[in-house]
Amino acid sequence: MKLLNEAKHLIKDNIRDYGMYIALLVIMVTFTILTDGLFMSSRNISNLLDSAGYIAVLAVGVMLVIVIRHIDLSIGFLAGFLGAIAAILLMQVGMPVYIVIPIILVLGIAAGSITGILVAKVGIPAFVATLAGWLIYRGAILLATEKTGTIIIDDDMFNAIGNGYIPSLMVVGGVHLLSLLVGALAIVFYIYSMIKNRRNKIKYNFEVVSKEIFILQLVFVSAIIGYITWVLASYNGLSWTVIIMLLVVFIYHFITTKTVLGRHIYAVGSNPEAAHLSGINVSKITLLVFGSMGMLSALSGILYTSRLQSATTTAGTLFELDAIAAAFVGGVSAAGGVGKVTGAIIGALVMATLTNGMNLMGVGIAPQYIIRGGVLALAVIFDVYTRKQRA
Amino acid sequence: MSEYILEMKQITKEFTGVKALSGVNFKVEKGEIHCLVGENGAGKSTLMKILSGVYPYGTYEGDIVFNGEVQRFNKINDSVEAGIVIIYQELALFPDLPVYENIFIGNEVNHGGVLDFNQTIVESKRLLEKVNLKVNPETLIKDLGVGKQQLIEIAKALSKDVKLLILDEPTAALNEDDSENLLSLLRELKKQGITCIMISHKLKEVISIADKATVIRDGETICTLDAAKGEINENTIIKNMVGREIEDIYPKRAKKDFGDNVLELSNWTAYDPQLGRNVSKNVNLHVRKGEIVGIAGLMGSGRTELALSIFGNSKSYKIQGDLYVEGRPVLLRHTEQAIKAGIAYVTEDRKGDGLFLLQDIKNNISAANLKGISANGVINENEEIKVADHYKTSIGIKASSIQQVVGNLSGGNQQKVSLSKWLFVGPKLLILDEPTRGIDVGAKFEIYSVMNELIAQGMSIIMISSELGEVLGMSDRIYVMAEGEIKGELSAAEADQEKIMQLATQ
Repeated sequence: MKLLNEAKHLIKDNIRDYGMYIALLVIMVTFTILTDGLFMSSRNISNLLDSAGYIAVLAVGVMLVIVIRHIDLSIGFLAGFLGAIAAILLMQVGMPVYIVIPIILVLGIAAGSITGILVAKVGIPAFVATLAGWLIYRGAILLATEKTGTIIIDDDMFNAIGNGYIPSLMVVGGVHLLSLLVGALAIVFYIYSMIKNRRNKIKYNFEVVSKEIFILQLVFVSAIIGYITWVLASYNGLSWTVIIMLLVVFIYHFITTKTVLGRHIYAVGSNPEAAHLSGINVSKITLLVFGSMGMLSALSGILYTSRLQSATTTAGTLFELDAIAAAFVGGVSAAGGVGKVTGAIIGALVMATLTNGMNLMGVGIAPQYIIRGGVLALAVIFDVYTRKQRA
Repeated sequence: MSEYILEMKQITKEFTGVKALSGVNFKVEKGEIHCLVGENGAGKSTLMKILSGVYPYGTYEGDIVFNGEVQRFNKINDSVEAGIVIIYQELALFPDLPVYENIFIGNEVNHGGVLDFNQTIVESKRLLEKVNLKVNPETLIKDLGVGKQQLIEIAKALSKDVKLLILDEPTAALNEDDSENLLSLLRELKKQGITCIMISHKLKEVISIADKATVIRDGETICTLDAAKGEINENTIIKNMVGREIEDIYPKRAKKDFGDNVLELSNWTAYDPQLGRNVSKNVNLHVRKGEIVGIAGLMGSGRTELALSIFGNSKSYKIQGDLYVEGRPVLLRHTEQAIKAGIAYVTEDRKGDGLFLLQDIKNNISAANLKGISANGVINENEEIKVADHYKTSIGIKASSIQQVVGNLSGGNQQKVSLSKWLFVGPKLLILDEPTRGIDVGAKFEIYSVMNELIAQGMSIIMISSELGEVLGMSDRIYVMAEGEIKGELSAAEADQEKIMQLATQ
């Protein structure tokens, strides 16, 4: 009984954080039931995660842009444009993949920095500066693909990024061993960091959950990681896209929660004047966040182009709005200073799951848009409501 | 038996389990000026928010009787219709709109939805006369000083046929002249039959203007004092506010010799390109090690601007003149450089540009010195917790834990967090801009004690303050500013209120 009460309180106090996970779970279970288990099949889950990748990395970047009270509309076509450049470098210039990818990432950083300079140094509102970028990159992508139309890529290494899987080491009874190993490592790392964190909190007399709840939490999350790994491992194993996504999440989560830079980003977002008077260089932070946005746009472009194995004239259309929607579903606040990397990723997964599930069910494109719009509105309504409750 | 215009009976209000008000009784007679005093967080503002309908009927217990009728305000407009108008500390004016539009905003003179500008301007002139303000109604609000803006707010209230006017710390942002002006206007309005409730921290004002004063402490009515019976005086009010006698609100510190100059300004002139004028003119001053230097002056005399021009030139002024830190000339182009040079600035507006209100105490305290608790850019969270805990105990921040969100703290505790942030930087010179504005007497004393401790440790302090008592009580030496210039320098021994005011009004 005591346990139940504590769990209730915990959920009530963290409703915004848990709400997202619960929503994702509910959506997944619903689709599983509606599609007679087809949704939860190894093949589909693998497919779902791969198709979420290019929006998820954009969502992480744009979440930070929104945290510092700006917006970036140019990221979709920037991703598409850089994808086209990658295709040209690979196919027409004949550069090897391991040179093309760094070049594209650096170009992304440069493009993002230009936006950053316009916003931070020149003082143009981000909406306008990036709307200009939206138009420019849209033109640029048409220009790049003008002569050839769609550029087909036949570089296996490049195409593996969006379609390939990590080597399996050994297949035991249809299960890929290395993927399992990665999953097991993730679980060990998760449990280790949670226990360390809890010990610390106890040391400083901070409020911690009871031992029972804590163990329940560990078991629950480990089970989920384990289950998903199992599902993926019994298909083709972990895809490179998933690995890249996990890396982005891990690195950005670390930066935002553990580093000086992360603290400065949230400080600038919650009160730019106070940040400035605390000796934080607001324009430098703004520049960095837009620079990172540009890099993630480049990464998104690589993922998408590789997944399609070609650069098309319309690549990147509406990516920016999907990413922004994912960030908001993930709990970022337009007022600045609030937002989590994990939230953005979950937001992207929620949106991708909706699309994937409805596709499986054969729902038409028109109702799909309406339903996704409704979910976005609901998420933000929920957000506003829970914030009010706490205030 | 006199007639009560307002009776609030047994008002109880809870915020998710915490009682903000418990059984408050508050009675106001028709035509009186009734002051509401109490420490920050005592429940004054909550009570007024209930009265004005911000917290609608049903969210509190108890009755409001206004003009002999039980009232149930569901929204702010209901209370306005009944004749109750509240003017908040933060003025609700539109800086880019002219005076006349501001006065009639939400209450526009119109014919079938079409504005009648001529009539609006004529009416505005009449109202401006009533509040003794001589400005062209077509002036933009942003071109007026705070004092005049406050009067515009009152004119706005008068346009709504107000019977009961509530002012929440109306003089907090005003200089002494404007304050006096405002108080005499309130007396004038009283003669015209307008009842007035005033929340104030400035006891002198309360003593000079109040017919009655009700003291609220910890969500309960402590007493109502009557001027006619000679009950309204500083000692009685303070005693009831804090529930204890305060012998001396300025703690003594051991006199000692001062060291060398920590900061020196010579011929310091700062030009603000946005305003198109010099905000500091030819300033020469010095601060020695272990010294508290007070900077007195009226609002708008350029004290904050001077501080900001020293502290890394935050507002991008064009600067002439030299700045020496410990005898060495330095050029400070960014707050980051100023902090490195050993200067810290605690802002006068802690909510606006001092704190990260959504973040917790821990993050706020470490914000200006994350380098001090990190290695290779990675924050050592244990170290951060230790630091925050240290200041929570040593400065006396009252909070459930260092994980409490700063936005939920009282003004005094917020100020302590703001102060802690800068102490953790470990500056040589601490610039305090209005360090005790809007905080209660108890917290003031604690902040003064911290200042003395810092001085004992060899720090130097510049204290900018509008409260003469504070300047006189705490400073070793006082500069008086007016119109961006230093008008005079007084030693603690020779300074008194008259001399300071004389210099400040030159």
